[in-house]
Amino acid sequence: MRRLILIALPYLWLLALFLVPFLIVVKISLSDVALARPPYLPQVDFAAGWAGLKDFFSQLDFENFAFLASDDLYWRAYLSSLKIALISTVLTLLVGYPISYAMASAAPEWRPTLMMLVILPFWTSFLIRVYSWMGILSQNGILNSFLLWTGLISEPLTIMNTEIAVYIGIVYTYLPFMILPIYATLEKLDVSLIEAAEDLGCSRASAFWLVTIPLSRPGIIAGCFLVFIPALGEFVIPSLLGGSGTLMIGKVLWEEFFNNRDWPVASAVAVVLLLILIIPIVLFQRNEQKNREAGK
Amino acid sequence: MKTILGLTAATLALGAVMAQAEEVHVYNWSDYIDEELLSKFEEETGIKLVYDVFDSNELLETKMLAGGSGYDVVVPTGTFLQRQIMAGAFQPLDKSKLPNLENMWDVIEKRTDVYDPGHEYSINYMWGTTGLGVNVGKVQEILGEDAPMNSLSLIFDPANAEKLAECGIMMLDAPTETVPAALTYAGWDNPDDKSDEALAKAQEVLTAVRPFIQKYHSSEYINALANGDVCVALGWSGDVLIARDRAAEADNGVEVGYYIPTEGALMWFDMMAIPVDAPNPEAAHTFLNFIMDAQNMAAASNYVYYANGNKASQEYLIEDVIGDNAIYPDEATLENLYTVTPFDLRSQRKLTKLWTEVKSGL
Repeated sequence: MRRLILIALPYLWLLALFLVPFLIVVKISLSDVALARPPYLPQVDFAAGWAGLKDFFSQLDFENFAFLASDDLYWRAYLSSLKIALISTVLTLLVGYPISYAMASAAPEWRPTLMMLVILPFWTSFLIRVYSWMGILSQNGILNSFLLWTGLISEPLTIMNTEIAVYIGIVYTYLPFMILPIYATLEKLDVSLIEAAEDLGCSRASAFWLVTIPLSRPGIIAGCFLVFIPALGEFVIPSLLGGSGTLMIGKVLWEEFFNNRDWPVASAVAVVLLLILIIPIVLFQRNEQKNREAGK
Repeated sequence: MKTILGLTAATLALGAVMAQAEEVHVYNWSDYIDEELLSKFEEETGIKLVYDVFDSNELLETKMLAGGSGYDVVVPTGTFLQRQIMAGAFQPLDKSKLPNLENMWDVIEKRTDVYDPGHEYSINYMWGTTGLGVNVGKVQEILGEDAPMNSLSLIFDPANAEKLAECGIMMLDAPTETVPAALTYAGWDNPDDKSDEALAKAQEVLTAVRPFIQKYHSSEYINALANGDVCVALGWSGDVLIARDRAAEADNGVEVGYYIPTEGALMWFDMMAIPVDAPNPEAAHTFLNFIMDAQNMAAASNYVYYANGNKASQEYLIEDVIGDNAIYPDEATLENLYTVTPFDLRSQRKLTKLWTEVKSGL
C-alpha cells in the first residue's frame, strides 16, 4: 500500500501538471475559431448531459493540423527554431564544459563558492537580465562604447536586433543549466581512473578525451536537454534581443494566439511542437537503455 | 484543520468584500496618463486605484476574450473595441452614473459611432494619428535641407529608406497601422481595402523597404527617437511628442518632430470600456466619470500630448496642445485623415501572415 502511494505521487504530479493541461490544449486544437468568449467552439454543454457531450465530440476535427501542414510558414519556423536551439546548445556546451571542469578541478573548499557564483544571477529577475543585455549590445551601448574607446573598431557594431544577439541571450540565460549537471558528474568522477590512464601511457589530452568526456556523458546529455528544450520554444529572448528577421516558432505561436485570435491553430502549433520534442527524446532514451543493457 | 480552513475562507471572503468596496483596476496604454490624476482620483473618491499598463491591442484583446481579467476599465482602440463588443466582452454603460457625458465632443462621437453605435459600451479617451516621428537634424543632414519629412515617401521610398537605414528607422509592430499607411503611399483609393490585391500591394511596398527597417516595435521608438538611436519612426502622434519632450529635457542635441503625412494618415480612437466580468463596475463608472471631468481630461492631454474627445476640456488645454496642428489638426488636415474598420477572421489571418513575412524578410 505504502509503495503504491509512493509510486502514485509522481504520476499524480505528471497528471496534474502535464497531462491535464496538455489534454486541454489538444481539445482546443481540435475546435473551431469563433467570435466569442473564449474565442473557440464548441463548448461543452454540461446541462445537456450525455447528449451534450456527444454533440461536443462530434464537432471536433483535425482541420487545424491539416492547415499547419498546408502552410510552409510553420515548417520554416519549426526548422529555424531547431537550428537556433541546436546552435545555442552547442555554444552553451562549449562555454559551459570548461567552466564545469574548472569548478570540479578547484580545491574542494572553493567549490561551494564557485557554485554560488554560478547560481547568483538567478537572484535577479530574468527579464531585467535580458534588458541589461539590450543596454550592453545596443548601438550606443556599453560594448560598442568600449570597443570604440579601445580603437578596435571605428564604427559601432550592429549586434542588437540580430540573430547573434539571440545566441548571446540564450547562451547567457541557459549557461547554468549546462554547468550544473556537468559539474555534478565531473565532481563525482574518480580521479584514480585518470591517473590509471596516464600510468598506462595516455597523454593528459587523450586521457581527457578517452576517460573524462565519456564518463561525464550523462551530465552533458542532461545539460543539453535542459538547454535545447526551452531554447526551442523560446519567445522572450528573440522578441527582446532579436531583430524582426528572427523567425521562431515561439513567436509564430504568439502571433496565432494574440494577433489572429486563433486559439485552435495556436494550440495545434503547440501540440506539434511538443511532438517534435517528445518523439526524439523518447527514441533517444530507448536507445540509451538498450545500449546500457547491451553494456551489461 | 477545520478552523484553519474556516479562517482562510473567511479571510478570502473578507478580501473579496473589501476589494469590491474599495478597489478599481484600470488597464491602460503605457505612458498614457498624468500619474498625478491617479492619486487625485484616490483622494477624491476614496477608492484604491490599481493602474496597470499594456502596449498592444492584441494583448488586451486576448485577456478580454479569455475572460476573468480582473480589470474594471480597459482602453482598446476603436477597431478592436468593435470586435470585442461583438464577442460580448463588455457591459453596457449605465449612463445615469455618468453625468459628465455632456462634456463629450460630438465631432469625435460621430466618428467613433462606427465602432460603438450610440456609445452603449464606451467613451472616447483620446485620439490621434499615425504619422512620422523624425530626428530633424539627422534627416536633413542625410537627405538635405528639403528632405520630405511630411511625406510617407520618407520611409516607403526605398531610395530614402536606404540612406536613412544607417541612422535607423523603426516602424510600429502593428499591421493594422502599417498596411493602411503603405496603401496610402501607393496611392490606393481606399486605405481600408482588405482585398487580396490591396494586401499584396501593401506587402510589396513594405517588403521593398524591409532591409532598411531596424525594428518593428510599438513602444521602443519613444526612447530610441529621444536618444537619437533612430532617425525616423512610423508611430503614434502622442508617443512621438513624448519623445520630443524627452529629447528636449535631456538636452542631448536631438530635435524630434512629428509630421502628419500629406498623403493622408490614419486617425484612431482609444475607447474606455468596462469588461462584462468587471469585479467592480460601480467603481468603474466612477472612474469613467472622473476621467470625463473637463479639468481632469485636460490634465491628461496636457501631459501626454494627445487630443481627447472631450469638448469641455478644451478651455483648460495648454497652447502647446490645443494650438499644435499635429495634435488638434486643422479642418484641412482633418479632411485628409481616414479611419479603418476591423479585419474579419479570414482577412486577419492573411494580414498576420503578410506581416510575419514582411518582418522576417521572406
